[in-house]
Amino acid sequence: MNAPFEGIGASMKRKEDLRFISGHGHYVDDINRPGQLYAYIKRSDRAHAELRGIDTAAAKASAGVVAVYTSADLTGIGGLPCGWQIHNKDGSPMAEPAHPVLASGKVRHVGDPVAVVIAETKQQAKDAAEKLVVDYKDLPAVATVTDAVKPGAAQVHEGAAGNVCYDWEIGDKGAVDAAFAKAAKTVKLDLTNNRLIPNAMEPRAAIGEYDPTTGEHTLYTTSQNPHVIRLLMGAFVLQIPEHKLRVVAPDVGGGFGSKIYHYAEEAIVTWASGKLAQPVKWAAERNESFMSDAHGRDHVSTAELALAADGTFLALRVKTLCNMGAYLSTFAPAVPTYLYATLLAGVYKTPAIYAEVKAVFTNTVPVDAYRGAGRPEASFLLERLVDVAARDTGMDRVEIRRKNFIPKDAFPYQTPVALQYDSGDYVSTLDAAMKHADWAGFPARRAAAKAKGKLRGIGMSTYLEACGIAPSKVVGSLGARAGLYEVANIRVHPTGSVTVFTGTHSHGQGHETTMAQLVSDQLGVPFSQVEVVHGDTSKIPFGMGTYGSRSLAVGGSAMVKAMDKIITKGRKIAAHLLEAAVEDVEFKDGKFTVAGTDRSKTLSEIALTAYVPHNYPIEELEPGLDETAFYDPKNFTYPGGCHVCEVEIDAETGVVSVVNFTAVDDVGRVVNPMIVEGQVQGGVAQGIGQALLENAVYDQDGQLLSGSFMDYTMPRADNLPNIKVGTETTLCTHNPLGVKGCGEVGAIGSPPAVINAVVDALSDYGVRHLDMPASPQKIWSIIQGAPRMAAE
Amino acid sequence: MTRPEMAGPGKTAITLAVNGTSRQLELEPRTTLAEALRNTLGLTGTKIACNRGACSACTVWLNGQPVLSCMTLAIDAAGQEITTIEGLAHGEALHPVQDAFIEHDAMQCGFCTPGMVMSCAALLERNPHPDAEAVRDAIAGHYCRCGTYPHVVAATLAAAERKP
Repeated sequence: MNAPFEGIGASMKRKEDLRFISGHGHYVDDINRPGQLYAYIKRSDRAHAELRGIDTAAAKASAGVVAVYTSADLTGIGGLPCGWQIHNKDGSPMAEPAHPVLASGKVRHVGDPVAVVIAETKQQAKDAAEKLVVDYKDLPAVATVTDAVKPGAAQVHEGAAGNVCYDWEIGDKGAVDAAFAKAAKTVKLDLTNNRLIPNAMEPRAAIGEYDPTTGEHTLYTTSQNPHVIRLLMGAFVLQIPEHKLRVVAPDVGGGFGSKIYHYAEEAIVTWASGKLAQPVKWAAERNESFMSDAHGRDHVSTAELALAADGTFLALRVKTLCNMGAYLSTFAPAVPTYLYATLLAGVYKTPAIYAEVKAVFTNTVPVDAYRGAGRPEASFLLERLVDVAARDTGMDRVEIRRKNFIPKDAFPYQTPVALQYDSGDYVSTLDAAMKHADWAGFPARRAAAKAKGKLRGIGMSTYLEACGIAPSKVVGSLGARAGLYEVANIRVHPTGSVTVFTGTHSHGQGHETTMAQLVSDQLGVPFSQVEVVHGDTSKIPFGMGTYGSRSLAVGGSAMVKAMDKIITKGRKIAAHLLEAAVEDVEFKDGKFTVAGTDRSKTLSEIALTAYVPHNYPIEELEPGLDETAFYDPKNFTYPGGCHVCEVEIDAETGVVSVVNFTAVDDVGRVVNPMIVEGQVQGGVAQGIGQALLENAVYDQDGQLLSGSFMDYTMPRADNLPNIKVGTETTLCTHNPLGVKGCGEVGAIGSPPAVINAVVDALSDYGVRHLDMPASPQKIWSIIQGAPRMAAE
Repeated sequence: MTRPEMAGPGKTAITLAVNGTSRQLELEPRTTLAEALRNTLGLTGTKIACNRGACSACTVWLNGQPVLSCMTLAIDAAGQEITTIEGLAHGEALHPVQDAFIEHDAMQCGFCTPGMVMSCAALLERNPHPDAEAVRDAIAGHYCRCGTYPHVVAATLAAAERKP
């Protein structure tokens, strides 16, 4: 009888679900350490002000208060480091102002931490914080990128003239200018990519603990990458060597990028717990999430496309202003450059591309990677521009895409903006999506909607993204201050069960399941006999964590490499036991067999022999069956696909309903179809949120107006249709699993599909473009012929 | 036991009936039910995600009705039957909604999940055969940033099918 199929391709139910469903998940704020104190962070309510003094006397005298710290107390502590350095057009490095753990001299955004109160209870800390008297002298503030670059704009940092962090370029300007000069047609589009607030449901939290007998610090934190936090905080902020600093990221309730970065609170609780020799816990309240978690997107761009008379794309020119916020978050400079402008070829064979990106400081929360990180900005710009080009030139929007696709026999394909795509078939995803969405039947549905007084539109995006980050040598040459390999330790235990220690981190992605399937597939060990451990620097050799849809492409590849070592060693042990030559021993389905015979040993038998090496080639082989591998990717991976969105607009209210959504993605080999479907749906949910609902709004003085769930609208159950998810697969050619990554495709492909559908629905009103979010107010104004709301 | 006429600001003795067990507590009257469950009783399955009644992550049952425990004072819950996610299963046997959530991949990061399950299970108590619209209504107050809503609806409908 065959064992149930549990390997690559099986929709295994998730191992992590039983603890989540029963209330036994183990998140940071669920942890309480003996003698724990509570920290409350006093944050600036000013966008920009001189910090002239903080009177802490009343707070210190408040009930239960153990300590109050301001920046003056943090002697010998470094600032929060930035992990990526971009260079300007002239070769000079970007402006990189200090990012103090607690504000010093000035506050630069609402939410900037100015003091920390530590007390016996959270309420006591919070009560005492209200007694802090902060002496501010308000300064003029600037909140938007367009205001920040105006002459005479308020300056956020002394060392960044004109608020410019960097002024960067990529591509061949001369070739692009030449192509535009002789183009039959050109199309131009101004567009913004709205600012978003990630809002993982679990607010950030951190607990610092110090053991004076060993000198070891432990930090429990809501992180997507505990080793990165250990490296950044230990080496740059607190000067604690790795062997005395343990970072634990247990169950984490969603990240979406916002939990990649090293935040001030992690350093504060670690430092304070050492100073007080008592554990210190901090847990964000939701309003702190809004004003201290890194935000996402926030671009203002102009895009121009040059076309031949037949619609062939000749050149693309893009100019983008992007918001860094008040300080540089950990990976912020990389997002609008190497994760954005390098993606501007999309799925098209545009021969010449030139992009200029100017990153500016503003008096707002730092902006960094949020689900998709740069690629949604590229896909929105490109896929809107292509639709506008079709409209302006009178071409069909599907045909203009087909005409310009990189053909499937053109891989590997070198783009004019640095990337080399390894595989893809954009026609197959387009055809499949149009079929599943019944694109051909749309006119009848539009007519039926019209009969009911509704405006119906359909739109698509044919997008591409780059993930599986990233080759260390390449990113190093582009300014990364880290390698982006991944690490796996595969431990086959004496009785044949397996523990995987991975440097990636799961915060909703289901790695404990997917990675166990990999082991089951490659080593033939039952799924139930595999445990995946992540999120603890004291258990896992090293790792760079989870972001950029890298866990399977990079972390999974490291596992394959480690398992190959297990198999290689196992063959030697089997050859010894079976008295055969190593080269005659084959491994398949969990068994080592002498080729052409029925003589075999199971992996369990080999493991037992390795740990009880009585009959063992001990002179040549070490005992044990435990292997570690570091895997550095050879290239990015390039998922892509086609999303089709169908909307219906209520002309009386301007409310947009997504009535059908179809996503057909090429994410490479699919390990667990159920999990891929969930990841794609989740990404699409966030993409629909960006397109229709979400907008982080600051007023001109830098006050965050959308600072609560009552003001910042995210998708709820009634905002989402049933999302049809399909996959069309071409394998990644350069990693051993052929996987590409599925965590972000939904958020990258969907926003332009939604807006293209909304614009289509409004085609009778002469609408050429609409910036996100397509709110009822905006649409109602268009339908009423009223001027567009300026402030939205 | 009813709420005392005057209480606080110091700690007050109250008795809470949680998952069938009577628990004696000393709490400041300002303590919410969510805080009492999590911090005093160690029942951390109930999550606090907004603490303002805007996301429903903290949903528990009071006398079988779903309520937001972050918007309920612990002293107001005295004398009522409180059911949390930890008390929903019967021993080893999960509630049908819990089983269906696993079967239909209705959770990702798991943080909104306890509250979501409590709302869906409460729906089936009052309406054993809901349609999709009724499920969406029942979870209309919940935020799931992972975007699992379609699977939550499918799971709850499947649980209704299976429930005797």
